[in-house]
Amino acid sequence: MVVRRVNARQHIDERSPMSESQTRPPSRLLRNLNAKIASIPMILTAVVVFAGGTAWTVLYSFTNSKLLPRLNFVGLDQYTRLWAAPRWLVSIENLLIYGVLSLIFSLVVGFVLAALLDQKIRFENTFRTIFLYPFALSFIVTGLVWQWLLNPEHGIQSVVRGLGWTSFSFDPLYNSEIVIYGILIAALWQGTGLVMCLMLAGLRGIDEDIWKAARVDGIPMWRTYLFIVIPMMRPVFVTTLVIIASGIVKVYDLVVAQTSGGPGIASEVPAKYVYDYMFFAQNLGQGFAASTMMLLSVVIVIVPWAYLEFGRRRRA
Amino acid sequence: MLYRSVTAVLAAAAAACAFTGVAAATDLEVTHWWTSGGEAAAVGEFAKAFDATGNRWVDGAIAGSGGTARPIMISRITGGDPMGATQFNHGRQAEELIQAGLMRDLTDIATKEKWTEIVRPKSLLDSCTVDGKIYCVPVNIHSWQWLWLSNDAFAKAGVPVPKTWDEYVAAAPALEKAGIVPLAVGGQPWQAAGAFDVLMAAVGGTDAFLKVYKDKDKDFAAGPEIAKVFKAADDARKMAKNTNVQDWNQATNMVITGKAGGQIMGDWAQGEFQVAGQVAGKDYTCLPGLGVNPVIATGGDAFYFPLLKDPEKAKAQEVLAETLLNPQTQVAFNLKKGSLPVRGDVDLNAANDCMKKGLDILAKGDVIPWTDQLLSQDSQKQKEDLFSEFFAKQDMSIEDAQKRFADIIASAD
Repeated sequence: MVVRRVNARQHIDERSPMSESQTRPPSRLLRNLNAKIASIPMILTAVVVFAGGTAWTVLYSFTNSKLLPRLNFVGLDQYTRLWAAPRWLVSIENLLIYGVLSLIFSLVVGFVLAALLDQKIRFENTFRTIFLYPFALSFIVTGLVWQWLLNPEHGIQSVVRGLGWTSFSFDPLYNSEIVIYGILIAALWQGTGLVMCLMLAGLRGIDEDIWKAARVDGIPMWRTYLFIVIPMMRPVFVTTLVIIASGIVKVYDLVVAQTSGGPGIASEVPAKYVYDYMFFAQNLGQGFAASTMMLLSVVIVIVPWAYLEFGRRRRA
Repeated sequence: MLYRSVTAVLAAAAAACAFTGVAAATDLEVTHWWTSGGEAAAVGEFAKAFDATGNRWVDGAIAGSGGTARPIMISRITGGDPMGATQFNHGRQAEELIQAGLMRDLTDIATKEKWTEIVRPKSLLDSCTVDGKIYCVPVNIHSWQWLWLSNDAFAKAGVPVPKTWDEYVAAAPALEKAGIVPLAVGGQPWQAAGAFDVLMAAVGGTDAFLKVYKDKDKDFAAGPEIAKVFKAADDARKMAKNTNVQDWNQATNMVITGKAGGQIMGDWAQGEFQVAGQVAGKDYTCLPGLGVNPVIATGGDAFYFPLLKDPEKAKAQEVLAETLLNPQTQVAFNLKKGSLPVRGDVDLNAANDCMKKGLDILAKGDVIPWTDQLLSQDSQKQKEDLFSEFFAKQDMSIEDAQKRFADIIASAD
């Protein structure tokens, strides 16, 4: 939850520097007063609910709150325990594997699909619908569908075996070593369509003349994509990256639906740790500490990037 | 122009919708998580008995398990929207709510109704007691200490139905050869942790169980006696290797259909056997305490009463508390629920073989408190994490697991 907020604000920040630079000093406060008054509820929500809630969570992560929040400070105890908990370490490792791979694959696959659709093919609408359709399903449904597909007794394995390959074995959800890849498959199936659509929109935004110029210069198509089109699509990539990244950090429902963290603790993720310790274990302090670590990891990734991105733009 | 638009914007209206739910004085909302067929039938008995007193039971069933329901109940109580009464497992789940002064002290009613005399075993009331005051009404006893065995599976494997845990372990290869999973343990974390606690009480014995979970003796938990329990748990995880189901009732179903030899599960599993039309002794065998140490753990359900301002409702709470412990209600409820009644002076002729075994043990007083009563939810969760990993990862060494177990006990509260 915390993570989503950060990203939401990120979006707002992206726009604000430019509008500020257009405002002239004397009427600055009163300019666009209607808009400012209208946005008061949102500002209050952002400050009180988002920022306030975040500060509150961080504060209470230093206490030994159990079922009810209590201001009984214990220093870094919750964090020491968190980083000694095997389950948390497994969660972090899973998040890293899942995060890196899903980022790479959804960008690459999404872009390739978009580029293929961009070749002015027939039935583009049909294909677009097919690819985007999984995105209309919730993670819970996606998880259940893939739980069945990957179930060795009912799913892909039994179908292939039924075709004659009796030694075929494909049961990622029941193997601790590769279970996270089973989850990754479902996530990619669900999310790639959206990336494809964003990319396609970006590709459509590229001026036809650029393609013509490249063709006149005899540049092969793949080089045009790689060295001309992709750099021009930078804003689209940034948006996509933010959407994918926030999806990665908050992944929870997919795991619950597919494996509920199993086998054992092999497919646990940080968000699930937070939820389980806050509500099942009745240990708010531990849950808050874990969610603070999640926030921190997002901040560590976002802040340098935001600095580079927006710092440069302001100077330019 | 500017100011005009300001005034236009400032024309805003706030509609305060004061909604006061005027309920009949004797309506009492009761929340619980009993939603499966048998459970709903059982809770219906309470509702019937309470309605007969001239009050009205407003059913507030919350679907999902206790894990889903408890956060909802707790947030309603802490959020100032308390229900009339609510289920918890007796033990430490409501501890902090009591300490925060949100729950009603039932000591007066308890003294008037002589609960200390009728409720048996005594430990049930003890776990309702905080600082000498009674805060809950125990309604049933659910014990974990049962090994359910499929007679069919053993007949198919050509070995006699075992009478103890050791015989069972020895029979495992024969079962495997016949294509039967020797022991069904579902993938939900609490099942592995519960099975281990049962092994602790059976293989380790009552003293070891109490020393670890009650006294939280970490050196003992790391010692050779508990190593024996881990050895047994290692046997169990090898036997359970091919289970591949998640929910406990799916695992029970494997025993019912003879796909698995047995299951370590609480007496609630009995309801599944009953629904499947199986007969205790003929189709399935039950071994309390794994046939090694026949004890009954006194876990179970209890009702807690949040502190209410409305005097009419407070009075209805008292009536409900009395009704729950009424002998007829106790019998009607527990027969449907498959659990044991909390008072010894009721007649349970309709009970089946397995329930009678349980009642015998209870009558002898061979009872132990269960981990819900001894450990906080936090420690319970850590234990679940450990044992779900232990049962799923065959290559995790026994020594590692025991060391981590001792660490959990050392930090347990």
